[in-house]
Amino acid sequence: MSITTRTGVLAGLAAGAIALTGCGSSGTSADAGASPDGGSSSAGSSSAACASGSLKAEGSTAQKNAMEQWIKDFQATCSGTTITYNGTGSGAGVSNFIAKQADFAGSDSALDPANGEVAKAAAVCGSPALNLPMVTGPIAVAYKVNGVKDLVLTPKVITRIFLGKITTWNDPAIKALNANASLPSTPITVFYRSDSSGTTQNFEKYLAANDPAGFTSKPDKDSSKAGFAGQGKAGSQGVQQAIGSTEGGIGYVEWSFAVSGDLDTARVDNGAGPVELTADSAAAAVAAAKVASNGGKDLTLKLDYAARASGAYPIILVTYEIVCSKYADPKVGSLVKSFLTYTAGDGQAALQDLGYAPLPTEIQTQVKAAVESIS
Amino acid sequence: MPKETPMIDRTPADTAGPGRMAGPAVSDRPEPAPDPSGPALRVDRPVVVPVVGSSQPAGILPDQEPVFGAGSLGGRTGAGRFGDRVLAGLSSGAGAFLVLLIGLVTVFLVIRALPAITSDRSNFLTARTWDVGGDTLDFGVLPLLWVTVLISLVAMALAVPVAIGIALFISQYAPARVARPVAYVIDLLAAIPSIIYGVWGIAVLAPKIQPLADLLSRRAGWFPLFADHNVRGGTIFTGGVVLAVMILPIITAIGRDVFERTPRANIEAAWALGATRWEVIRLAVLPYGRPGLVSGAMLGLGRALGETIAITLILSKVSNTGAFSFSIFNGGETFASKIANNASEFNSPSQTGAYIAAGLVLFVLTFAVNAAARWVVNRRKEFS
Amino acid sequence: MTSATISRGSLAAAPGTTLRKAKDRLATTVIYGCFLLALVPLVWLLWTVLSRGLAGILGSGWFTSSQRGVTYRESGGGALHAIVGTLQQVALCTVISVPIALLVAIYLVEYGRGPLARATTFMVDILTGIPSIVAALFIYAVFVTTLSGQRAGWLVSLALVMLMIPVVVRTTEEMLRLVPDELREASYALGVPKWKTIVKIVLPTAMSGIMTGIVLGVARVAGETAPLLVLVGYSPNDNNNLFSGPQGSLPGMIKDQFGNLGSTTILRGGQKVSVHYAADRMWAAALTLILLVMALNLLARLIASRSKVSS
Repeated sequence: MSITTRTGVLAGLAAGAIALTGCGSSGTSADAGASPDGGSSSAGSSSAACASGSLKAEGSTAQKNAMEQWIKDFQATCSGTTITYNGTGSGAGVSNFIAKQADFAGSDSALDPANGEVAKAAAVCGSPALNLPMVTGPIAVAYKVNGVKDLVLTPKVITRIFLGKITTWNDPAIKALNANASLPSTPITVFYRSDSSGTTQNFEKYLAANDPAGFTSKPDKDSSKAGFAGQGKAGSQGVQQAIGSTEGGIGYVEWSFAVSGDLDTARVDNGAGPVELTADSAAAAVAAAKVASNGGKDLTLKLDYAARASGAYPIILVTYEIVCSKYADPKVGSLVKSFLTYTAGDGQAALQDLGYAPLPTEIQTQVKAAVESIS
Repeated sequence: MPKETPMIDRTPADTAGPGRMAGPAVSDRPEPAPDPSGPALRVDRPVVVPVVGSSQPAGILPDQEPVFGAGSLGGRTGAGRFGDRVLAGLSSGAGAFLVLLIGLVTVFLVIRALPAITSDRSNFLTARTWDVGGDTLDFGVLPLLWVTVLISLVAMALAVPVAIGIALFISQYAPARVARPVAYVIDLLAAIPSIIYGVWGIAVLAPKIQPLADLLSRRAGWFPLFADHNVRGGTIFTGGVVLAVMILPIITAIGRDVFERTPRANIEAAWALGATRWEVIRLAVLPYGRPGLVSGAMLGLGRALGETIAITLILSKVSNTGAFSFSIFNGGETFASKIANNASEFNSPSQTGAYIAAGLVLFVLTFAVNAAARWVVNRRKEFS
Repeated sequence: MTSATISRGSLAAAPGTTLRKAKDRLATTVIYGCFLLALVPLVWLLWTVLSRGLAGILGSGWFTSSQRGVTYRESGGGALHAIVGTLQQVALCTVISVPIALLVAIYLVEYGRGPLARATTFMVDILTGIPSIVAALFIYAVFVTTLSGQRAGWLVSLALVMLMIPVVVRTTEEMLRLVPDELREASYALGVPKWKTIVKIVLPTAMSGIMTGIVLGVARVAGETAPLLVLVGYSPNDNNNLFSGPQGSLPGMIKDQFGNLGSTTILRGGQKVSVHYAADRMWAAALTLILLVMALNLLARLIASRSKVSS
């Protein structure tokens, strides 16, 4: 075989691969995701005026499952649209928003003025950027102890468990809170997130707010300096799996993962009696939050982790959509507006089955008004 | 065969062709210097070009007489010289491109890492803290370095002997109809994405090898390397085993290829002397394949040191506050898994710089290991 | 060199023949043992992927539809978008890497002398140790931060080039070095110019080994996940444009489904039902990727065997 035909074949191979992939494109852009048993298909048909085009969004993994459901429902209603949401993490979402790589970002924390993020985002948008609370994800303290279906914990006990100061399930401190439970002598295995996460940060904020003497580190997305006992696992999914497969395991994980993993979750007592984690109790905590706006239509929330309201579940993670108030490309602006109108409106009803809490009515009204102002 | 140069004259005309390959070896490889006044046997002759042509199987040299016309001897501007210049230029250009590329990467890494390293409040190399979220940086890479090295050592210790064994099995022991499918299946392993290795490692493999780990730490737990740290599943040991499986195909594939290329003459000479099969391997095959094997092992090691996603999924993170742990039955983070665990939340240049600095150490580490391997190979070459 | 060692004495007549025979048997046992030992994880892993992924790829629409609008709580959807993305990204990467890597290897073996050659060897060594995420961050810094480009599939290819080159260079280099010098000398002796000797004799002789290197390189990069996360958003929709917009890929799809890997408890008709659609799709995507690389592998072997030098 000669060299010419040999290289010819190689070139042909490469060209073939590209050509082949090119061919595969025909007629597949139609809605392919026909779903036999889709969850809550409450695709709002009326509220969102359909704009067309495509959007790129990315950020928080905590709201990824909510986004997926919303995108599915929205695309089903507005067939000319394509929205992608990548759960790459809040930090990546914000930095890619600032680098003009994403049309809007999902983030576990609002843009940080101290970090210069507010100014940078405004510069990129050419208008102030808005933080819009959209998804409330309660953080569950999930556990697996044989025979214990009901467990009450206080912030101080949670802190001591996570720092390794309580090491067995029948420790007097736990017993004191759960007189009726038959607690075994199983050692406690703590699981936390090894990767940087807003969930870690909010959980640590909760511990620090309620037990400043016990939990002394500065809350951070990185769990490295918290000094947690036990083992760090990558991703919510990793923590979920680890708890589910370890007798005596306990960890913090977004409620949606506790629900999908069918894990038991502890009732938390902040001082006003034990509160079970439900959509309502989580929404009650969000309703108590204050709006600490950066100005204009911005809706940054300030959560009070130490609140002692009865019936409000205190370990809360609110994730935001970070958007421009005025987009340079009006087509992008109208699609963002159209999509977020849906998510802030009818979309909220789809959340509960996924393990998220809907926005409380008062905040929802403000978010809707802010979305209305996007252009 | 026309008798023009002394070199050609030595070879009888009837051995021209396939037989020449196994013919008497010329002792020294001619140093093909770009200098036109090279060794006498490098005769530039444009006329040859069309003849060693496409229809002829490469490697079999044509023996048409008219080719070596004396008149063409002086041709200095022929296609041959031009072709030589092109290929030499292209290939050294590619080399220079690589140098430039790595230069750029290094500059990128150093520029990003340097501010973080200089503003580090701890000793960058020996500290065990990692606090880069706030305004001040306080971090060190010692635990990362230790875990990275340890996990790679576990992987290499398991993979290299087994890979040599399989490569020998495929190239020297197994009949072709067994060897080919086996080689193929092992190649396939290289195709499995690392995230799948990670999932398999933590969910399927880890529970199965836990009893072995328990046994070792119960019996030999006094030895720091095997001390029990109450980490189940996501240990350095599990990670090392998975890495070993991951790098096995790389080392095996290269080992197989170099062993298969052992000159028949060497092997037959050993057989003729009455050597057993093992002696043939020890005396002819292994020495011949050693540099290639080292290359393969280094590629595998590079993969092990830098493996990101599988290790991230497998290794449990543990707190670095207690006594320093030497154990392979503890969790930890490697350079790559540390970066991957946090890459999604980089939100300031100084913070990013700290992680890039960790990447820089990995870079240096890999290079040091490779340089050492090259040095060993070259030294052995000189002595043999 | 080796023959010199052997010729010190005729081995057959050497004393201790029984010991040597025993050693031989031991070595044979060990080598067969290695082989069997290595088969355990190989077969186990392949079986895991096959048994969990086969149903998925046999399902209807796997090769003809995308994941558009399919959430983790439901089954269905296909991997066409991901197969297309992976093929495009890997093809571009291969087209760039292979020529560069072959030239570098030729340079190192056939031409390389002096400081540039030493520097190149050094660089290849370094390149083998670049974690994929660092390569991705570098490409991001150059093309997105510095040149203000948009993320797209081709940037992934560029990052993959950095991972593929060292694999191909290292293997090719070894294979070229193993080509007997006699071949080169014979060629020079007949007056064949050096470049022609390399192209026509050295390369074809080493071809099967070079193909191994390319196949290893492709396998190495096809499953790479980190650059995808940094350099192109994963899209569950069809996107056949390598140069614009988020694009699906098989590793990206695996990563995407991985987030909901555990069994998912959903309510169906008021009943709690445990399903694992995302896990099924993840294993199916993994199997698809393996099959894809296997097909490319076969193709490469075919080319290599057809181009083999008949000697």
